[in-house]
Formats: sequence, C-alpha cells, structure tokens
Amino acid sequence: MSQIKPKTLFEKVWKEHIVSEETLANPAILYIDLHLIHEVTTPQAFSMLRNNNLDVRKKNLTIGTMDHSTPTLPVNNFKDIEIAGADAANQVRTMIKNCNDFGLELFDFDSINRGIVHVIGPELGLTQPGKTIVCGDSHTSTHGAFGALAFGIGTTEVGHVLATQCLLQRKPKTLSIEVLGSLKNGVSAKDLILAIIGKIGVDGGTGYVMEYMGEAISSMSMEGRMTMCNMSIEAGAKAGMIAPDDATYEFLIDKPRSPKKEAWDKALKRWKSLPSDEGSIFDKIITIDANKLEPMITFGTNPGMVIGVNDPVPISENDAAFSKAIDYMQISPGETLHNKPIDVVFIGSCTNSRLSDLQEAANILKDRKISDDVTMLVVPGSQKIKRDAEAIGLDKIFKKAGAQWREAGCSMCLGMNGDTVDPGKLSVSTSNRNFEGRQGKGSRTILASPSTAAASAIEGNITDPRRYIT
Amino acid sequence: MEGLKQIKSRTLVLPNKDIDTDQIIPARFLTTTSKNGLGKHLFHDWRYHDNGEKNTDFILNKNQNETFEILVAGNNFGCGSSREHAPWALTDYGFKAVISSKIADIFKSNSLKNGLLPIVVNDEVLEELINNPNIELSISIENSTITFPDKKVISYEIDEFSKYCIIEGIDQLGFIQRNNEAILKFEEKREWTPR
Ligand code: SF4
Repeated sequence: MSQIKPKTLFEKVWKEHIVSEETLANPAILYIDLHLIHEVTTPQAFSMLRNNNLDVRKKNLTIGTMDHSTPTLPVNNFKDIEIAGADAANQVRTMIKNCNDFGLELFDFDSINRGIVHVIGPELGLTQPGKTIVCGDSHTSTHGAFGALAFGIGTTEVGHVLATQCLLQRKPKTLSIEVLGSLKNGVSAKDLILAIIGKIGVDGGTGYVMEYMGEAISSMSMEGRMTMCNMSIEAGAKAGMIAPDDATYEFLIDKPRSPKKEAWDKALKRWKSLPSDEGSIFDKIITIDANKLEPMITFGTNPGMVIGVNDPVPISENDAAFSKAIDYMQISPGETLHNKPIDVVFIGSCTNSRLSDLQEAANILKDRKISDDVTMLVVPGSQKIKRDAEAIGLDKIFKKAGAQWREAGCSMCLGMNGDTVDPGKLSVSTSNRNFEGRQGKGSRTILASPSTAAASAIEGNITDPRRYIT
Repeated sequence: MEGLKQIKSRTLVLPNKDIDTDQIIPARFLTTTSKNGLGKHLFHDWRYHDNGEKNTDFILNKNQNETFEILVAGNNFGCGSSREHAPWALTDYGFKAVISSKIADIFKSNSLKNGLLPIVVNDEVLEELINNPNIELSISIENSTITFPDKKVISYEIDEFSKYCIIEGIDQLGFIQRNNEAILKFEEKREWTPR
C-alpha cells in the first residue's frame, strides 16, 4: 500500500484552494476566501471595475475598513473630521462611495468595528484557520497566526479578486522556523521576531512561506503569534503561518463572525486536520533558541538591523549601506543605545496595538510619569480595543502618565494621516518598519516591544524594560 | 499596458541594497486615487532636500536631460510595502526594467502587471553593472537576454507566463476570467463555504 505523502500546513491550505493547477506555461489559479480592503490601495482597482463594466463577484467575501489616512483625534461624524489634506479626505470619501456603489460592507467612521485592517479580521472572527486571506497590504501576513494562508497583494490583484475571487499564483517554497525553549520574563513575541529577522536578514524569507513552530510558539498567546506573523514580511516572506491549536480555537469561539453551533463543530474538525504532518518536508529549516533572547531593538533603517537592548551597535567596515543607515540614524558603530535620549514613543500599529500590548505597556506606566522630553502616542488597533481598554481603565493610566490616548488607526506607523515624527527626532516605536522617513520625513525610528517603548518613555531614553518588570 | 519586446537604454545605477518601497515613493504621496503622475514623487526624499530644493548630488538629478529606461539597484530591491504606487512611479518616470540580484516578491508581481520588467541577475553580474554605470544595455524580452556594449550576452530567468503577458501587454485578469467555468465548478464542489 502506498503511503500518503506528509504535507505541511501551507501545502494543505494551498491545495484546498487550487481552482486550476500551475504548469510551466501558466500559474495556478488560487481561490480567495476573505478579501480585506482599505482606502489606500483600492481606488484604482474600483476604477478598473468601472472601466470594464465589471461587478464584484462575491460581495460577502470582501470587507472594508478605513485606517491609513484616518485621523486619530476624536471625530463625531465624517463631516467634521479633520483629515490630513484634501487628497486624504478624497481618498476616504472614494472608499465610502466605492463600497456603497458595489454593495460591500464597510466599517465606516461611525462603526464600532472600525480599526486597522489586520486587527479587525481576527477580532471579528473572520480570520480563521485554513482560509486564504488577501489584502492590498503587505502585513496581511498577520492572519497567518491562525493557520490561514494570508499575504499582501498589489492594487491590480485587488481588482482581480474583486472581479473573480481568484488570483494567479506560483507556488512558493516553504521555510520552517523552529523556536526552541521559552522566552524569559520581559522578552516578548516582538523581541523574538526582531531576533529572527536579524538572523535571517530582510531578504531571508523571500520566495518562502514561513511556518513558526516549537515550544515557544505553542505556548505563545494568539496576540503574540499575530505579532510574529505580522513581521514575516519584514524578512521578505510571502506569508507567515502557525498551526492552529487549542489557543486558536479558544480565541475564535466567541467572536461575532466565527462559525456557530454545528458549523463550528464542522469547522473545528476541518481545522484540526491542518497542522503539518509528522515527517513533512520543508525546503529550508532554521532553528532559534528562545532561552538566550534579550529584549531587542533596531539600530538602523531596516528591521534586520537588530541588537539586544544592552548591546553595542556592530562595527561593519566597507559596507556602504550600513554606513548610510547609521549616518541617517545619527549613531556610531560600537556605541550602546541604552541611555540614548529619545523624543517620541509610539505604541500602536498592526504589530502591537492589541489589548494585551496596551496592557503590557500600562503595567509599566501605572503610577509613573513619562519624561517631560517625550511625546507619547498610544493608538489602539481598533475601536473595540479602545473601548475594552477604557473599560479596564488603561486609558487613565496612559493619560495620567502623560501620554496621548487616541482613536484607532495606523497613525504614526506610516504617518499618512498627519501623525508624524518631526525631522531628525528619534522615536521608539512598537510598529514594524524603521525605514528612512517611515514615520515622517527625516524621522528616525527604533523598533521595540511595548514594554521597551513604555520603559523608554519613562526614562526619556532607550531602556531595558526588565528594570520595571518584577 | 503596451506590449514590450525590447529595451535599449543606458543604465541608471542606485547601488544601495534593500531599497524599500517607502524610499521609492514615501507614504504621504499615496493619498491619490489615480495611477498617473506619480513619477514626480519617485525617490522623493532622496531627490529633494527638506526645503523642497533639488538634491543635486542625487543621481536622478545629475542626469536630468537623459532618459533612462533601465534601473540597476543593489540587492533586495522593492522590499517593504505592497503599494503598487512604487512600480507606477517608476514607469511614470520612464523606467521599463529594474535589474537587481534579488527583488522583493510583491514588488516583482506588481511590476509585471504594469509593464515594468524585473530582472534578477547573479551577484557577479550585478557588481559589474554597478561598477560600470551609465552603459547601454539591450534587453530582449523574447530571448530573455541582456546584451552588454562589448557584445557579451547573458541570459536571465523569467516566468514564461509573465514573459508572455509583458510581450503582449496582456492584463492577467482576462486569463482568470477565461477560467470562469473552473471557478464555478470549484465553488460548487467545495465542502465548505467561507463566511
Ligand atoms: S499599522 Fe502600519 S503596517 Fe499596519 S496596516 Fe497600518 S500602516 Fe500598514
């Protein structure tokens, strides 16, 4: 009897969604189960539909939100909101019109469900194991934390999905990242993913779907897993995935849009068959020891330029890119960055804006004050998280400490809505990209965990958070 | 999108590695609802000083009277966001090909849908191109080859389907639509329905 070839999680989800197999001449046609859209990467796709007289094929599989260009200062209704510039306002208006015209569900300004696109999918229970999920946004990889195959696409492809619910795809390779041991107190999922990107480089995952596994991952919260998968794209990976397990099901069971009753039982049965089979083969394998990790920070202008919070900036001679990066950051090789004065702290973004992230920061800020020299923004990932945080008094802790408590959105992660870091200013940010000018022209960004960001806000310089964690 | 068979141009070289999409076009220029006119923001923060004046040291400003259709860039070009505004800005400026030793996945896929040819060469070839800027290359898309000024010819790899689409200027949507029967069948026989 011939044995069935063991398959990886990715291979199972891929195979289940093939409308037609790839050949040398043609890519595969892949069916998409959930399409998330936001205001920045969709207008040209809707124009394409209009120009070609096309409709949206499966209206119930596309969900819209507004997050990138939207203000984070309180708004009562759309007429009064202050949007950063006429173009951004036009973009938001276009999004509303497009969703209305094509009959798509949109979480508008007055919706309690509005939030960052990658935060609301899981929060609503739309993100589920085994689904194919796409969005015109690279951090779509976040949803892989539930065992979904989720990846970012361009605007032309947004048009393809709207019109056909399908995408043309070549099958990517697989990379397993096994994390042995467990994270020490004060070291979080953010530190782990920064360490991984530091190890494999910002192009280390290019062409691959990564699957995270091992003790440190199975004992990690869903929020932590989302942080990990979110930043897979920063290593260049097509997607990041984690096998669904009891933590996944527990997270999903009471979510508003997750399957109910018999549908739940059926789904659960299907989901339980998804984890990679014993003996399944990956194209590449990487192992990392979690026991050894310290809180991590970035020092350069890409997320692969990473050091332990107490370590010196490396010395790298004859590397033009390295010199350019540290010149931009105004730091020197060999220098340690703890005690470096900072100007801004940003807690937010689809990487670290969930309730547990805010709680982590609040634990440190409780009954303390941030430095007078620091401006601090706390921006919840969704309006629901905002409400939940307020219900347990986190907003008061932040405000009392001297931080600003805002409405949900991308905010200072990319500074499109006017929340920016001024030229030359140094920011410690829980977001995912420290590219030149990412948080505003000339801004300098240090990526870190919520704990490190909070501790740094108190001290007014880059700080090892373990000083504040008992 | 027009079909593209041959590109003949001098190269513009940006040797930096890991050039991300935020450098190709910064986020604050993404508030547009059209694809057009983004060339003026291409590499904006490298091209212009904070006061809005041109940075005359930046390569794109040095060779203003020449048109370049081929961009040579350091390893891992186009990493970062999925914004299709990046290839839109490059093509609007006039580029038809980008050559690097690694090109980020989403950027590559976006480029192929906009008549911008992403060519991946090995480290050695890239080094040669970086060390010899502003040389005239002839790229044949049909033969998947690059011809150097000294007549040296190297071949590069490109997915057959993408090659066909670039040459014919075909929008891939039509290909999916022609498979509508298969999509309907897939939807019908699925064991579960999303949502
Ligand atoms: S929070 Fe930042 S990374 Fe996430 S979707 Fe918004 S802009 Fe993109």
